[in-house]
Amino acid sequence: MPIQTRRSHDGQCLIIEIEGRFDFSTHQAFRDAYEHSGANVSNYIVDLSEATYLDSSALGMLLLLRDHAGGDNAKIAIENCNNDVRKILTISNFEQLFTIR
Amino acid sequence: MDESAAENVPLNILIADDSDSDRLILKALLKRLGHQVLDAANGHEAVLHFQQGAPDIVLLDALMPAMDGMEAARQIKRLAGERFVPVIFVTSLSEPEDLAGCLEAGGDGFLSKPYNRLMIKAKINAFNRMRLMHQALSDQRDLTHERNRQLLEEQHVARRVFDNVAHTGCLDAANIRYHASPLSIFSGDVLFASPRPAGGMLIFTGDFTGHGLPAAIGAMPIAESFYGMASKGFDGSDILREINQKLVRILPKDMFCCGVMVEVDFAHNQLNIWNGGLPDIWLIRSTMEQYALPSRHLPLGILSANQFNAEMEAVRSRPGDRLLLMTDGVLECANREGQLFGEQGVRHAIESTSADSHPFDVLMGAIKQFTGQQKFGDDLTLCCVEMVEEAGQTTLTEEVGLSTLAGPSQWHCDYEIRENTLGEFNPLPLLLHICMEVPGLRRKSGEVYTLLSELYNNALEHGVLRLPSDWKYTPEGFERYYSERSERLNRVSGHYIRFSFQHDLMPSGGRLRVVCEDSGQGFDFHSHPVLQSTDMAQSGPRYGGRGLALLMRLAESIRFHGKGNRVEVIYDWFI
Repeated sequence: MPIQTRRSHDGQCLIIEIEGRFDFSTHQAFRDAYEHSGANVSNYIVDLSEATYLDSSALGMLLLLRDHAGGDNAKIAIENCNNDVRKILTISNFEQLFTIR
Repeated sequence: MDESAAENVPLNILIADDSDSDRLILKALLKRLGHQVLDAANGHEAVLHFQQGAPDIVLLDALMPAMDGMEAARQIKRLAGERFVPVIFVTSLSEPEDLAGCLEAGGDGFLSKPYNRLMIKAKINAFNRMRLMHQALSDQRDLTHERNRQLLEEQHVARRVFDNVAHTGCLDAANIRYHASPLSIFSGDVLFASPRPAGGMLIFTGDFTGHGLPAAIGAMPIAESFYGMASKGFDGSDILREINQKLVRILPKDMFCCGVMVEVDFAHNQLNIWNGGLPDIWLIRSTMEQYALPSRHLPLGILSANQFNAEMEAVRSRPGDRLLLMTDGVLECANREGQLFGEQGVRHAIESTSADSHPFDVLMGAIKQFTGQQKFGDDLTLCCVEMVEEAGQTTLTEEVGLSTLAGPSQWHCDYEIRENTLGEFNPLPLLLHICMEVPGLRRKSGEVYTLLSELYNNALEHGVLRLPSDWKYTPEGFERYYSERSERLNRVSGHYIRFSFQHDLMPSGGRLRVVCEDSGQGFDFHSHPVLQSTDMAQSGPRYGGRGLALLMRLAESIRFHGKGNRVEVIYDWFI
């Protein structure tokens, strides 16, 4: 599975790890990752340390997650992007919507 | 396929055997199994029967006079074309060479003599299953072809409808070069250009997430908003706000549109730019200096109206300057090794542009060289607009019928905007709309719009905001001018701009009188250089020399009142 999820120690945070290409082919798996994550999740981390590539449909999926997590009130951090991935997030100015670190 | 049903269907079977007794036995056997039988005594007859009877399965003796089984098989297979008609050789031959020869001639299998009822039944059923399977596949293939043909036809119709909404605007203007795939709307790219009522152009290029129909559907309302609003005199920011709001409403959450809007103002030699999610825009000066203008905004269709920032970045320009806009497709061009052209590729190409080469050609050439292809992907849009002298530009020409005297001809109207509205609302499209109700003025929409926008912008920027126009003439001042402008727009409490219109009929035409008054401090119009002489090189503290000269050229008369904060302009039109 290119997508793994786990909870933080306190259980408040859902960590979604993506491996390889983050594109339309991961659409369903990514959706399942947060939709079936159970209750009591207050914030999310999308860990892209193993992601090699991200396309515009991945940006769309991040927007879906943001909507699921409460829209403007969503707390989502995108972590450990490589330079290429970071660049795409920057061009789209996604730092206005997500915490990118 | 229901196998048992398939086995019970009577088949039309052609048999060919020169031995009368063998033929009779086989015929009787097959009839007893419920099939219809056509019989031939040699290959020649078999081919004739095949043409007339269109059998489902053919059983051929290998050795026959007149025409042997091999030749008959060859001809039958040729006649059958794409239809799969199993040809089974009934033979007492057993040498591998002979049997192989039967298969090479087009045979699909063997039945050995003497006949065995059980084997015949099983063979016929097995080959019938193959035949039906082949039939099903062919039918599905034909269906797929037909569906695909329909889809392409629908796309072409959709494309025509889209073209009627989107058309190419003024993309064919002499100062624009572009590359866009003919079916690019289905790849998610759009490119629009429209002349503005007061001269100048608006250009929009966009890139939808996704491909195909969803992207094209999103493109339709954008085209309509863009062309509709541009021709009514709305500015780039207004149109961006409208497009954004529309997309937020109609698109699913995970779809959006990266876009660039450019206002090209030839008269004031200025470019206003908004980039949300597209690659860097490149400005290549006539002096060969190059600047990248990066994306500073989120793409369209994500943020709600109150979060969306449509503020455009003002860039000073000169005739000969060129602006290059591109979608992701340019960066994503790949060579045979799968490497991407990327930002590096674009940067290298642009840096290699010399004074006698056009950056559009240089970049297109570099992409072709990199990919090794003369044609490239559908989702690649590249557009280059050049700053030119205003004269000779496409302007909006509105078709006006002969009924020039219908519509309001004698009217008066006051319109005032106050306080924060000054910073939030552009009244020009509305004011133009009021004037355009007079058919005689409609023909002159460009001139009227220019007149109104010069009056309004002067009142706002120099009157209310007290920005000195001479700042605009140095690069540092230019930036300061626009940062102060947006800063001061937050502090307009107590201010107003008031328009007063009066229209009357005159012999063979009409007269529009516009008075524009602002709450600013006015200026010393008695000693303004442009008002004193025709020397346009100079500029005054209040009115940019150029703007005032423009007003003087268009209007019948222009007069200043009060302390210089009230301007009266008379504009005459004739049938």
